[in-house]
Amino acid sequence: MGLIIDNTIINNRLFVGTGKLPDYSVIPKMHEELKIEVFAVAVRRINPEINKGYSILDFLPKTAKIMINTSGARNHKEAVKIAEIGRELTGSDWVKIEISGELKYLLPDNEETIKAAEILVKDGFKVFPYISPDLIVAKKLEEIGVSAVMPLGSPIGSNKGIDCETLLKAIINEISIPVIIDAGIGRPSHASKAMELGADAVLINTAIATSNDPFKMAEAFNLAVKAGRIAYEIGLPEEKDYADASSPLIDFIKGIR
Amino acid sequence: MLREILKEADEILRKSHVLENKGGNVRKIIDKDKISKEDLFILLTDNSDETLILMANKAKRLTERYFGKVITLFTPLYLSNYCLSPCEYCGFSAKLQIPRKKLKEEEIIREYEAIKQTSIDSILLLTGCDKINTPFEYILYAVKLAKKYFSEISIEAYPMEEEEYRVLVKEGLTGVVQYQETYNEETYKKLHPVGPKSDYEYRLHTQERALNAGVYEVTVGVLLGINDPYEDVFKSILHAEYLSQKYPKAEINISFPRFRDPKTGFKPKYQVNEKLLLRFIFCARIYLPHVGITISTRENSRFRDNIIGYGVTKMSAGSKTTVGGYAQTETTSVQFETDDRRTVNEVINAIKNRGYRPEFTNWIKGGLY
Repeated sequence: MGLIIDNTIINNRLFVGTGKLPDYSVIPKMHEELKIEVFAVAVRRINPEINKGYSILDFLPKTAKIMINTSGARNHKEAVKIAEIGRELTGSDWVKIEISGELKYLLPDNEETIKAAEILVKDGFKVFPYISPDLIVAKKLEEIGVSAVMPLGSPIGSNKGIDCETLLKAIINEISIPVIIDAGIGRPSHASKAMELGADAVLINTAIATSNDPFKMAEAFNLAVKAGRIAYEIGLPEEKDYADASSPLIDFIKGIR
Repeated sequence: MLREILKEADEILRKSHVLENKGGNVRKIIDKDKISKEDLFILLTDNSDETLILMANKAKRLTERYFGKVITLFTPLYLSNYCLSPCEYCGFSAKLQIPRKKLKEEEIIREYEAIKQTSIDSILLLTGCDKINTPFEYILYAVKLAKKYFSEISIEAYPMEEEEYRVLVKEGLTGVVQYQETYNEETYKKLHPVGPKSDYEYRLHTQERALNAGVYEVTVGVLLGINDPYEDVFKSILHAEYLSQKYPKAEINISFPRFRDPKTGFKPKYQVNEKLLLRFIFCARIYLPHVGITISTRENSRFRDNIIGYGVTKMSAGSKTTVGGYAQTETTSVQFETDDRRTVNEVINAIKNRGYRPEFTNWIKGGLY
């Protein structure tokens, strides 16, 4: 089943970031062949006046959903301004709030993110805040009216996967808006794990962009996300330390008189 | 605080003979998550090819992780070659009897238009160290004009007051490049005994004044060759670290310009060969994975093409080191000789051939204010 965000059905739960890609021409290919629908694009990289063939706008398919992001913003005021410029340039009102608190681990500034979310939601944006996995922050954002929360799995580009499972699980369990795990997912198995945990989608950038073949790696992630989601929907078996008798045997035992 | 760090660096340099004996540790250091200042010095002064290759591999992984497969391009534009500073190593030195030129408004516009035609969206505006011929108002005007053409505007001029940078930021300035030339105070004073550059301390804190005023990025660096390069690179990396800790949201860059003969007769005391330059770049990347590294057209095309992916994040392209020179053919003498004289298009293709994407836009056109 697709993911519904603000009355839009998103069938593909793999969202792809574009900032680190070696070649933008892979974007339309991912859209057409892998049916990836949502692409995250940094507003700071968009300049429509730039010579043809060099602007990312030349490569984004009309039928794709653009999630603009505010990377480079140092505080909520800058994030709001960047979002407004991004909406103007792309026509998309989906905005990922990304306010880095520092650039070494690229950890988001949750406090400024909440302030930006308040303003942008009122301003009519569909807001997707990128946060450190903090349930209280996620709840505040839900109350403000954001469309989804995007907690990190581990720091951006670290490829460490789901490094704070307990905290992510708390968010997935306790809030009712979609949870998109963003950042740190380095392998398809990490993406499967995120989906098995109950994430509604994942956003991948570094792992796809810096692989030897971004398209092929996107394909691998695509399969992994689908697999993880199917398993989650069916319901995963509990892990146990001892062997468990399967049900036909139990029926047989019970049937012995 | 920065002074204390430089003092600490001097302490490490004093005991460097002890550190060098620990050469066998290099492999272990390369594998570490967090490298100490002493470790950094050991990496800088090691001289084995084998560990250099290990460092290259780590530099590649870290660069991809933080910056992806992207190289940001920019072009420098010299607005003027007037200079009050008698630096012997520079082709624009006040001591030289060379024709002086300062671009007029219509010339600046023509240069901007010519640069813009090449797809470049990020510009570095340069002047000499001359507040009389190129006063603050002149630079302010050039920045204001540049805002119509470029999304990223940096300056490399003379150190300014915080208030001046604040005014420039409001008009579109995004970055400040200021090279300390050398961090060795004694050598610095010898090379800059008089003139506007003689104040070591004021120059040293330029980046902080600019960041307090709101620029997004600053660049530090030295002119390799005029002092012991190990000392200078060590201290410039520590300077970059200090800035990134004090201003965690700012983008900090480091650059490693090697001395290039401006035909002034100046002979640098030290030589930095390509292998050592590679080592410096890898060390900076390994010690500061999140810091940008710039490489200019001072280096030849072979070196520049091969370093793509291994630490460098920004490259200048199609550069002229005359005043203007992009729109008009009648130009002045050069500040230094460039080596990579390829056009922007040729550099774009070289980056693509390496499997990387040339990025032109790195900030929001028109700025946020």
